[in-house]
Amino acid sequence: MHELSIVSSVIDQLDELKKQHNGARFTRVGLRVGELAGVDVDCLRFGFECVIKDTVWEQLALEIEEVPRRQRCPACNAEFRAENWATACPQCGEEATVLIAGEELQIAYVEVDE
Amino acid sequence: MSQIVVEKKVLNENQKIAAELREKFREHRVLVVNIISSPGSGKTTLLERTLERLDKSKRVAVLTGDLQTENDARRLAQWGFPVKQIITGGTCHLDAKMIEKHLADWPLEKIDLLIIENVGNLVCPTSYDLGEHCKIVMLSVTEGEDKPLKYPSIFVKSELMLLSKVDLLPYVPFDAELAKQNARSVHPGIEIIETSCKGQGLDAWMKWLEAKLAAVKAGEAVSA
Repeated sequence: MHELSIVSSVIDQLDELKKQHNGARFTRVGLRVGELAGVDVDCLRFGFECVIKDTVWEQLALEIEEVPRRQRCPACNAEFRAENWATACPQCGEEATVLIAGEELQIAYVEVDE
Repeated sequence: MSQIVVEKKVLNENQKIAAELREKFREHRVLVVNIISSPGSGKTTLLERTLERLDKSKRVAVLTGDLQTENDARRLAQWGFPVKQIITGGTCHLDAKMIEKHLADWPLEKIDLLIIENVGNLVCPTSYDLGEHCKIVMLSVTEGEDKPLKYPSIFVKSELMLLSKVDLLPYVPFDAELAKQNARSVHPGIEIIETSCKGQGLDAWMKWLEAKLAAVKAGEAVSA
């Protein structure tokens, strides 16, 4: 639903980055999207295609790394993948574990054609 | 071919404005809550009951977001506190820039509590930081108990869940215990208050709000 505005934010940042790199030609952008980011990856890809069409970014490839939710246990320090919303520690049973990954919505990198 | 490491938040611009807003709120000791739910779960009604109960000496302001109409602002204005409608014109969430713009002519030093009623939507508002102290998610008993599992992000990011319309529990096949258990499974520390517009839980909700207000007034950092 809001994926289009997210794509626009990505493109705005790329415009800025392109300026900083003296108009370098970017061939690929890598995004990192956490499972809790509230972003639908298919919608994001579709929105991306729509936004770059007939612009200077038309040739830009999109790569998305999906980041699963991970938790850390404050009692035994175990780090684990929280599958099926089971956030209790699988090692010691502690229930109040802390979210450490899965909320990302980041531009990780761009690739430059030299 | 070479790679440039960027490592920046996609919503960097929003984040920047949100950080500026948060700093202003801190400076003027304004408590800001961002209320999020599906359409129709009772955000505006809860706000009416809240404004009605708030001591008139409290300096409260409300920003309410919708795609169209000023109806909510009109409903909320009758309690005598300043209310402003943010019409997003189709956008499914409020962003920090909209908040900044609508606050421009409100003197923050004269506000103790700013309530933001987000656009009815459990997904998109989750991604946009508005500089608030905390997000509050509302789930009504006419929805499904599994909403926290279907839309986990907002339940993970909210400090408090208001389970609304509990006066309807005798008439709907809704398992309140299961709903609470689901919310706690995605967010172990989430606080939960059951409310209804008939009055149930409103004391507990007002108490929660008053405690936050007192903490902010005392200059304590209230969560994120």
